[in-house]
Amino acid sequence: MAALINVPAKAKRGDIIEIRTLTSHIMETGFRHTVDGALVPRDIITSFTCRYNGTEIFRADLFPAIAANPYLSFFTVARESGKFEFEWIGDNGYSSTASASITVE
Amino acid sequence: MNFWRAIVLAALAATAPALLAGEIPPDARRSGYSFMGPDTRAMQDDDSSNPGMLFVLDGEALWTKKAGSAHKACADCHGDARSSMKGIAARYPAFDKALARPVTLDQRINLCRANHQQAAPLPYESRDVLALSAFVAHQSRGVAITAGDDPQLKPFVEQGRNLFMQREGQLNLACTNCHDDNFEKRLAGSPITQAQPTGYPLYRLEWQTLGSLERRLRSCMTGVRAQAYDYGAPELVALELYLMSRARGMPMETPAVRP
Repeated sequence: MAALINVPAKAKRGDIIEIRTLTSHIMETGFRHTVDGALVPRDIITSFTCRYNGTEIFRADLFPAIAANPYLSFFTVARESGKFEFEWIGDNGYSSTASASITVE
Repeated sequence: MNFWRAIVLAALAATAPALLAGEIPPDARRSGYSFMGPDTRAMQDDDSSNPGMLFVLDGEALWTKKAGSAHKACADCHGDARSSMKGIAARYPAFDKALARPVTLDQRINLCRANHQQAAPLPYESRDVLALSAFVAHQSRGVAITAGDDPQLKPFVEQGRNLFMQREGQLNLACTNCHDDNFEKRLAGSPITQAQPTGYPLYRLEWQTLGSLERRLRSCMTGVRAQAYDYGAPELVALELYLMSRARGMPMETPAVRP
């Protein structure tokens, strides 16, 4: 699925940087019914993880009340050059990944 | 004498509201953007927080994906969309010679699929057609709207204008009653805008997805308790065309974000 990641391309060592992520997902709550009364099964992202050069730096659990196409923003300290890896896991075996690089001077 | 004067005054008083009602002068036109709060504006302004951009990304992938029995992608004929599609959406709905009527961008995409890709049409409001039209319209971001300039479109613009002015539904309201005469006021807490279609297809937070101008028009019709026209109906296309010609010269914003 499409994801939009915003990580600064360059940062000074020790800088606090903001990371913003936006991903496509319908986030069907599981509380809605169709016109003929059948329950629309829940289909949401349940977990989001961000790893910085392999080390987990941020994790979030997501719930049915979260809107479609979840947007998450968080902060970290730029320690070294390398890669941020993002992973979204959800219902029905949903899994989506993305990555972004940073150069730390 | 006094009797006739009274009649003239009464006639003037009766027609005054009709004289006040009317079209918005060109320099007083405002995009729906200017009616939004700062948070929603920020969401639209930043491409990494604008959910409409997710659809543009999907559309970009579909642009180069081969489809149909002709085994052709959009890019095989149109090349790089950044140059070939720049300004295209700003002049849609456009006149189609073969059909002798205006077609919307979504209909054009499906005509291309039928005639050149030999592919099945994409259903109205399906993710793929919205993604493709968002991707194409995004190439016109900032371009001034010129839809309706084609002289062949004149009768259709006129038809759209008549529909815009015509009262309908159980609430007996015409589009013009809200969007020309009462914009900047509020309806159930929400600002009434001028109905300038500058950012379609756009991401509505209420819908939690991207939607076309036709979807927006249909919701308005349901709102005044009228029977909404079907997707692709000539009346909806005419309304869309009139709205675009009414916004002539305003810059495109696709994909816009609206509450």
